[in-house]
Amino acid sequence: MTAQITPQPLDHNSGNGESFNDANQSETLPLMGNEAIARGAWEAGVKVAAAYPGTPSTEIMESLGKFPADDVKAEWATNEKVGLDVAIGASFAGSRAMTSMKHVGLNVAADALMSQTYIGVNGGLVLVVCDDPGIHSSQNEQDTRIYGHLAMVPVLEPSDAQEALDFTKLAFDISERFDTPVIVRGTTRLSHTRSLVRVGERHENASLGFNENPQKNVMIPGHARLRHSALFEREQQLKQYLEDSDLIRWEHGSQSIGIVTMSTAYSYVKELMPQAHVLKLGASYPLPENRLREFCDAVDRVIVVEELEPIVENEMKLMGFEVEGKSLFPREGEFSPDVIREGLEKAGLLETSKPRPPASVQAMPRPPLLCAGCPHTGAYMALRALNARVSGDIGCYTLAAVEPLKAIDTTVSMGSSIANATGMALAGSETRPIVATIGDSTFLHAGIPPLINAVYNNVNITVVLLDNHITAMTGGQDHPGTGRNLRGEEVHKTDYEALIRSIGITWIKKIDAYNMGNVFQFLREATLYNGVSVVIMDRPCVLDPVKIKGEPFRVDAEACTGCQTCMNLGCPALSWSDELFEGHRKVKIDEPNCIGCSLCAQVSATNCIKPVAAFESNG
Amino acid sequence: MDDSTRFSASPQSAPAAQAAAGPVNVLIVGVGGQGVIMVSKVLATLCQRQGYEVKQSEVHGMAKRGGSVFSHVRFGDTVYSPTIPLGEADVLVALEWAEGLRWLSYLKPDSGIFIVDTQQIVPPFACRDRKHGAGSGYARETVADIIEQVANCYAVNAGQIAQELGNAKAGNTLLLGMMSTTLDFPADDWRDAIRMFAPPKAVDINMQAFDRGRDWVETHNPADFDPGRDLDMPPPIEQVEHEPEFELPTINRAWCKRCDICVKFCPERCLSLDEQQIAVLHAPEKCTLCRICERLCPDFAIDLKPRQQA
Repeated sequence: MTAQITPQPLDHNSGNGESFNDANQSETLPLMGNEAIARGAWEAGVKVAAAYPGTPSTEIMESLGKFPADDVKAEWATNEKVGLDVAIGASFAGSRAMTSMKHVGLNVAADALMSQTYIGVNGGLVLVVCDDPGIHSSQNEQDTRIYGHLAMVPVLEPSDAQEALDFTKLAFDISERFDTPVIVRGTTRLSHTRSLVRVGERHENASLGFNENPQKNVMIPGHARLRHSALFEREQQLKQYLEDSDLIRWEHGSQSIGIVTMSTAYSYVKELMPQAHVLKLGASYPLPENRLREFCDAVDRVIVVEELEPIVENEMKLMGFEVEGKSLFPREGEFSPDVIREGLEKAGLLETSKPRPPASVQAMPRPPLLCAGCPHTGAYMALRALNARVSGDIGCYTLAAVEPLKAIDTTVSMGSSIANATGMALAGSETRPIVATIGDSTFLHAGIPPLINAVYNNVNITVVLLDNHITAMTGGQDHPGTGRNLRGEEVHKTDYEALIRSIGITWIKKIDAYNMGNVFQFLREATLYNGVSVVIMDRPCVLDPVKIKGEPFRVDAEACTGCQTCMNLGCPALSWSDELFEGHRKVKIDEPNCIGCSLCAQVSATNCIKPVAAFESNG
Repeated sequence: MDDSTRFSASPQSAPAAQAAAGPVNVLIVGVGGQGVIMVSKVLATLCQRQGYEVKQSEVHGMAKRGGSVFSHVRFGDTVYSPTIPLGEADVLVALEWAEGLRWLSYLKPDSGIFIVDTQQIVPPFACRDRKHGAGSGYARETVADIIEQVANCYAVNAGQIAQELGNAKAGNTLLLGMMSTTLDFPADDWRDAIRMFAPPKAVDINMQAFDRGRDWVETHNPADFDPGRDLDMPPPIEQVEHEPEFELPTINRAWCKRCDICVKFCPERCLSLDEQQIAVLHAPEKCTLCRICERLCPDFAIDLKPRQQA
């Protein structure tokens, strides 16, 4: 017995469908938003692109790296500011250049952006910045569009993968035409939604050559004052451009309701309010006042639907328009059809949906975990036993902040751990050993200046460098410490020990993260040292660049006393068996999932965990 | 089973009443690493080849680390929203039992089809209770409980069947086979799409798994589905009554030689050294009477006395 569902067939002869009508004229590819952005940049003739990985933006640079190296120099930069500065340099040299980053990456790069906006561009300069509404994989939920206002640079907002390609391409033209960096703002939902995209050819651009113009290129006060004035003129020109641009699209409806929207929020509005007038903003900064007036005058009620901050809403209110927005829709969290429906119901525009029968199942929490065999696990097991005060950093290891490892006390931003620990030490009130833990990629991103600072100011802290030989959190990207670049070519490999010694640190130990005895012993010795000590935990990530799978371990149920020590590792390959010992659950190992790191066997007080082979040889 | 009679050759010949509906919504869920994205790519590719507009939306990053993973696939004439509203999924495909339960509220109450692999991936989070006789925190619901709550429920231990075919990983393809009976596309087009994503060596097994999935739906009438007979789903670990057999540890201060072993090995971290560096039980409320300290103390300074029966 089957139940069948049939979708509405696509009418290839209808004149208004955009998706497939010209399928014969140009190629279409299923692309994720991030891949479409990369494709758009490549088609626009981008010559240099640099970025630091960060969810949800990572795949942009990975995709660009798949285009021929002769077309585009795509590379991983050590951090977002470096990435933007590299792109700025290429723009100075007369080539089209791009950088991509997650929203918080722009905080790192903002220093360069705030000057560059005064300077403008030579070759087109585009920043793709991907916000993370709903905080799927970030430390905050900031709205990049505020940077558009702050830096007075145009912000384009694609709503799907096709627009991601088209707008990225257009961004280079706008950049060169108006002498400005341009932000293309994405969101997690745009970045990670795949749909069919019409693609085109690459347009090669001859280098414009370096433009010698110190008054424009060198930001000393006398020059900067002049350039600041130029920004206001540029803003006017951009507004004028948008008054006539297809980026602003009025989709006529039959109701006298006008909805101003952009980005992926547009797709929810179109689905829920097909009868409304929709003003789709392809750019949220600056705003074309006449177009907005025309739209507002034509309808009885105007509602702004925008994810996160009320940027367009406030701007429209300043222009004197009567609009609603955040009184109906939340300022936090990711939009979804359900969130938009609730807001439209509140506005009285949709009938209140009938309440659903409450689900009679209670979802079991399944928080993300450090992988089976993750080399970070042992360090945090030991730090917890040492009763250390631990400042953490950004990476997979942030997961050690929750039970059962629960060994991280603070996490702020990329590279914060070492200077946070320094501050705690200077405050002088902490009785526990103060330890900063930081991953290899994060150390190279923003961990070196605070380490120099810690030595310079002579504080008593221990720094644990969790070197898993990859940028793991974002899916396994190379960095200077891996000895490979974005295209997988061999390059010079950063020597952490030499680097750290050159800073002036003498207590430094590199240990195998799977040797629990050494991990306990040297972490304790390091915290007893008076000064800055560094422990390098050395083991590759179990997922990248190669998936590691060793001989699995097994619990000898006869010997297991259910003490739960191994369960304190939080290893996903460990769970309970249905046997009890003195009322305590015995443990079993999911052998296909176990990679054989042996940590559980090492921490087991009763020696009941052994390699599978040990059981088989005993019969 | 004759495909040509049961499954119409092209979407155009589908019943007009059904065609009037909007986009078809398929939600695919599971645990990080199970292949949720692969399954949704097969479906999205297939729908694209059939000439539909398709949007496939997922979340990367931290969710991959053994957490809950989902992928929305929507296809039809015009698709705006990349995500499916609550209660609007036509098909919910779950690669793991508890994950299927998590997303049940997305299924259409009157007509939704729930295709679920009954395999259970128990997270460490569910094994955290330290009380005597504690049960696991894994979902308590059984297939029998759920079958009454959804319009259509296809529950099968796909991994086990695929294992019998020779490769447990083909379980996802078995689920695709079940899904293929619910969406009106020719079976061979499904097979072509699966071939694109299956590892070259495993194509044969995947084709068998696909057919097994289709056969399963053909031969099972949900109305007389008997979970006891049709499923080998282990029951969750239940809580059992178990009175503690021991008193809290007592420490003989004269015998303690400050070696710190008990402190280091206590799974609950409830022991510490006092100012004189002698072991003390500083957090008796956390002690689970596991007796590790008693067993490991080289000087027999720690003792847990049997509890007097009342």
